[in-house]
Amino acid sequence: MTPLLEICGLHVEVEGREILRGLDLEIPLGETHAVMGPNGSGKSTLAHVIAGREGYEITKGIIRYGGEDVSELEPEERARKGVFLAFQYPVEIPGVNNTYFLKAAVNEIRKHRGQPELDAVDFLSLMRDRVKLLDFDEDLIKRPVNEGFSGGEKKRNEILQMTVLEPTLAVLDETDSGLDIDALRIVAEGVNRMRSPERSFLVITHYQRLLNHIVPDRVHVLQEGRIVESGGSGLALRLEAEGYGKAAAVTA
Amino acid sequence: MPEPQRTLGAAEVEQLVEREYAYGFVTDIETEVVPPGLSEDVIRLISEKKEEPQWLLDWRLRAYEMWQGMTEPNWAKVSYPKIDYDAISYYAAPKSAVEDGPKSLDDIDPELRRTYEKLGIPLVEQQRLAGVAVDAVFDSVSVATTFKEKLAELGVIFCSFSEAVKEHPELVRKYLGTVVPHTDNFFASLNSAVFSDGSFVYVPKGVRCPMELSTYFRINASETGQFERTLIIADEGSYVSYLEGCTAPMRDENQLHAAVVELVALEDARIKYSTVQNWYPGDKNGVGGIYNFVTKRGKCAGARSHISWTQVETGSAITWKYPSCILLGDDSIGEFYSVALTANRQQADTGTKMIHIGQNTKSTIISKGISAGHGQNTYRGQVKVLPGASNARNFSQCDSLLIGPDSGAHTVPYIDVANPEAQLEHEASTSRIGEDQLFYCRQRGIDPEEAVSLIVNGFARDVLSELPMEFAVEAQKLLGVSLEGAVG
Repeated sequence: MTPLLEICGLHVEVEGREILRGLDLEIPLGETHAVMGPNGSGKSTLAHVIAGREGYEITKGIIRYGGEDVSELEPEERARKGVFLAFQYPVEIPGVNNTYFLKAAVNEIRKHRGQPELDAVDFLSLMRDRVKLLDFDEDLIKRPVNEGFSGGEKKRNEILQMTVLEPTLAVLDETDSGLDIDALRIVAEGVNRMRSPERSFLVITHYQRLLNHIVPDRVHVLQEGRIVESGGSGLALRLEAEGYGKAAAVTA
Repeated sequence: MPEPQRTLGAAEVEQLVEREYAYGFVTDIETEVVPPGLSEDVIRLISEKKEEPQWLLDWRLRAYEMWQGMTEPNWAKVSYPKIDYDAISYYAAPKSAVEDGPKSLDDIDPELRRTYEKLGIPLVEQQRLAGVAVDAVFDSVSVATTFKEKLAELGVIFCSFSEAVKEHPELVRKYLGTVVPHTDNFFASLNSAVFSDGSFVYVPKGVRCPMELSTYFRINASETGQFERTLIIADEGSYVSYLEGCTAPMRDENQLHAAVVELVALEDARIKYSTVQNWYPGDKNGVGGIYNFVTKRGKCAGARSHISWTQVETGSAITWKYPSCILLGDDSIGEFYSVALTANRQQADTGTKMIHIGQNTKSTIISKGISAGHGQNTYRGQVKVLPGASNARNFSQCDSLLIGPDSGAHTVPYIDVANPEAQLEHEASTSRIGEDQLFYCRQRGIDPEEAVSLIVNGFARDVLSELPMEFAVEAQKLLGVSLEGAVG
């Protein structure tokens, strides 16, 4: 069976600097994979290039999603096909109501799939439902998108958006950064509840601790723009104990 | 590491400036136009056409004499070629509307009716805008006013200015020029000399006007200017909400629109005045478009009176207007809420004056400027507190949103306080629509155009929420449409 996400020999430049240097990665449908790596190894670049952000230039290699080359697709086209990125630094959009924003997003995606758009009443009941699952303060859904949210609230808002948008591939870019242990647990529960044979996750993190809560099927080590080692969930524990230097040495 | 902040590049904004103007059509209708040029004879001719009393003609002539000695103001941050006032025609009217005197709603020229239908303003007393009475001004004349009789039952007078001069001369004479005198400024004096029509509202004591009153201004004829005058009087304890909208055909020439609006709020009265201005803005190279040089001022004459100005300015090649409040009555309140959007080569220099004279007077200024393309947007405002205005308070907030590298935003606040008890607060901010905001929206499946419109509407929300419901939606759409094709 074709993997949901298939990245082959990917080279990516940002502002003329090569960040990814021949990255290979396959994620089958229904699996959760973790990519771990030190600062500057290219983790965020990987997340953004999958989502199609401008300014991330693919110089070589290919990204296939659902068997289709998506390298040339616009970010919104990828999103509508089920790619979701939980941002490391979620952006504030002053004055735009959180619920209104998410309703616009859901309906764009539904429109694309040929489904009828949800009206305000249906959408609100969907939101209420998901908010309860996530132990999310209901006030937050009435406030402007991420405006004045604490770091933890912003991350939880990302997970709320994910649960409402129900993507096929969810990329979590350092979702654990800046979270205290309680918030971390809530975020992890939100993710675990969504795991299914119909959905894959790419969890990008610097630290192993998130992977105690979201136990991955595979762990990949990213270093200097390439996957240098892959293994089962035990690899994360070893990295935690030995540090990234060791992994690099093994492959050097 | 946080992602580097990237703002939108010139190429992306290039797309943004390609906006479609939906109201650019011309109505093919037989029009009576006075030959171009301004002279005493032209003024006499206009006055004669309108069968005006002598006192009004004298007033016009005094204004004209004044105007001849004045120079065009040049302090605004706008630039345009010198206007040749002798190349403009000062009066244009559809023949069908002026022949045989005023008509009932049923007898309006079908061509005019179709025009207003196309603009979304049905000139009938039911249907979509059932809660709104409309005065339709076409070039230099009012062609229809709806719900006049219904309003008259409550004593509310809502009619064209010309009709008011004939039917209610005592009210017109009592209040005309009391807020914006015929000597006020270059464009106001010009208007006083040549104004041809406009709307008149009088709300009697203690009456709460049950429907929105609105005037829809349409410029149709070429090489003409529109000079209308609006006078609204809210008697003691009354309330009225009034809205104006405006559009014009797409033309290569610049057309002058120099209006005057005067509001008078007596004791405990409240006037809420909203504008959705969508004059033709010119093309993307800055060719054509309306020069919107307007003087608007309200007088809070009585104690506890309250005047609010709300404006959404998306049209015109150049906007020069400063809806202001004279806070004369003790405990009176003045408010100014503004969204001004400039794209392509549009220029706006707009703001307000709050003049605190009475005690415990209070004013609020919320200004949101949005500049895209080569658009230039200036907020210019004055808060003046006179010696007797004990305990005056003002809050001002001026925010600017820039889209693209070539747009500009400027804030020029003047503060002049002569009473030590006054409390003034001023906040200002400038931000850009960042690539990060746009990418965030797009990653959620939202089109770039839709995303820009979302961000812009969010930015303007505090002002849009001040508009009457029926028009908030229209204004929101307008801000979206104005930025259509935002990013490629």
